[in-house]
Amino acid sequence: MKLVYFAWVRERIGRTEEELDPPNGLATVGDLVDWLKERGPEYEHALAEPRAIRVALDRVHADRTTPIAGAREVALFPPMTGG
Amino acid sequence: MIPITVRIQREDFDIAAEVERIRSFGNDAGAIVTFTGICRDEAGRLSALELEYYPGMAEAEIERITDEAAARWPVVAVTVIHRHGRIKVGENIVLVVTASSHRQAAFEAANYLMDFLKTRAPFWKKEHAGEAAGSWVAAKDEDDAAAARWKVEK
Repeated sequence: MKLVYFAWVRERIGRTEEELDPPNGLATVGDLVDWLKERGPEYEHALAEPRAIRVALDRVHADRTTPIAGAREVALFPPMTGG
Repeated sequence: MIPITVRIQREDFDIAAEVERIRSFGNDAGAIVTFTGICRDEAGRLSALELEYYPGMAEAEIERITDEAAARWPVVAVTVIHRHGRIKVGENIVLVVTASSHRQAAFEAANYLMDFLKTRAPFWKKEHAGEAAGSWVAAKDEDDAAAARWKVEK
């Protein structure tokens, strides 16, 4: 699974993207974010407030209850501020 | 299918040229609305914005939003151009052009597009003031509220 990060999520984790192989037991976006949070202090810092994290699966917005099965690219980012 | 143009680019855009392009598609548009978003200086505090975006998803998401607007209002053409990279105070950030037979649909579609560009298109602004490192702009609750008012009761 390819993970991509943007804005302050990217800065806090310290990389723009990475290839990860999450354990089989993870069913939803929420499970994945909780698992990522345990990977180290930089992830803990970036994902400390799960409500402030937005997630897209294969470039479509998802929420914490969306199943992650089959997703190839998972993006994590803060609430959007374009326009 | 109506002509829908979505562009994400570093360089500036020419508003008059984009309006002229839409006029060239035909004469069924009796109303063309343009909205231009500009980098303001926040009472002299700001020197520039840095706009980051998610390539691939930003285009796809804006196309989803323009398709929704085209399904909801009888627009005959839509153009959305969003810039990225460093944008100085006074420079353009975003352009929305909507064309319709009558003004109301063009105004409302443009308004709808901007509300959802702000809340759903994957762009992030970082503020630069002088030589400091810059700070990320926080999302605003009123932008979410503005987008929520378009919800259709089913």
